[in-house]
Amino acid sequence: MKEILADIDNWQQAGKQVALATVVQVYGSAPRPLGAKLAVSEDGAMVGSVSGGCVESATVQEALEVLETGKPRLVSFGIADETAWEVGLACGGTIEVFIEPLNW
Amino acid sequence: MAVLFDAAAKTIRQDELCAVVTVLNGDEIGRKLLVRRERVAGGSEPAVTATGSLGDAAMDQAAVARAAEVMEARRTTRVTLPVEDRECELLIDVHVPQERLVIVGAVHIAIPLVSFARELGLYTVVIDARPIFATQDRFGHVDELIRSWPDEALQEMKLNESSYVVTLTHDEKLDTPALICALDRPVGYIGALGSKRTHAKRVTALREAGVSDEQISRIHAPIGLDLGGRSPGEIALAIMAEIVQVRNRVKEAGR
Repeated sequence: MKEILADIDNWQQAGKQVALATVVQVYGSAPRPLGAKLAVSEDGAMVGSVSGGCVESATVQEALEVLETGKPRLVSFGIADETAWEVGLACGGTIEVFIEPLNW
Repeated sequence: MAVLFDAAAKTIRQDELCAVVTVLNGDEIGRKLLVRRERVAGGSEPAVTATGSLGDAAMDQAAVARAAEVMEARRTTRVTLPVEDRECELLIDVHVPQERLVIVGAVHIAIPLVSFARELGLYTVVIDARPIFATQDRFGHVDELIRSWPDEALQEMKLNESSYVVTLTHDEKLDTPALICALDRPVGYIGALGSKRTHAKRVTALREAGVSDEQISRIHAPIGLDLGGRSPGEIALAIMAEIVQVRNRVKEAGR
């Protein structure tokens, strides 16, 4: 969390909406632990990481929808075997990511 | 807006232990609690404080109790709380402060102690006002070398439960004011180098300075686990081993 605060601050100072994605469940092997975070600004910029690269772009899409609806959601991602290989894992895992508007 | 987030961000920036509790399902999805746990200076019992609400006072109470346990274990955890006829899924997201070892006295033992502490992931600080001890040549490997009086340096330092303070100077004039200062702060470990006899003299000096026996009993002295060693490296290892033991016992006990 600490490492993404400066970017969030900058976005908010610039009057931009921000969504926050957090890993809330990890099944099997996954590159990032529970609590790992990715913040997304309304123009699609991101900081942090929920998966070491595998599902970041999908998370950004979901985050932009969350900013539009204003409603938090829980999303499940399977990490494909080949992607898992790339990040140094022998098998694919599944992660659950909670995505919310940063308005609390 | 963003009142709770701002408070959480501030706590995290100050590198203090805290937890953000989030509801992950049901009507209350996205509701939050910020839980902080601070040991009041001079007191022995930490106080848990909560800001925000999950939407129900009984839920809040149950969630804060779980958050306090999870914070003590220093590990972000997902939990399920039964609420009437349904189950509430919560993420208890813990910010764990950086552990730091503050060494008073840039003495020989401090050199290997800095190495051991860094190996274990601790941020290291060495304080000594004496220029011939506190040199870059001797302490090129320390994160922070502070050349000033120990009590003055400690006074200005951010110290919390993840901070461990050891005094190694062997000099009452330096160690005792540093200990008085450390005892007044909510640090996780305080150790003082010196024999039983030296410590007995120190206890007398601390009492005379108005420090209570309860506070004095927080000092680990003689410092370190009894490994039977005599060399600086062995003593440093004994000190580091004791710090690891204290820190892991707290975790295990789940207090």
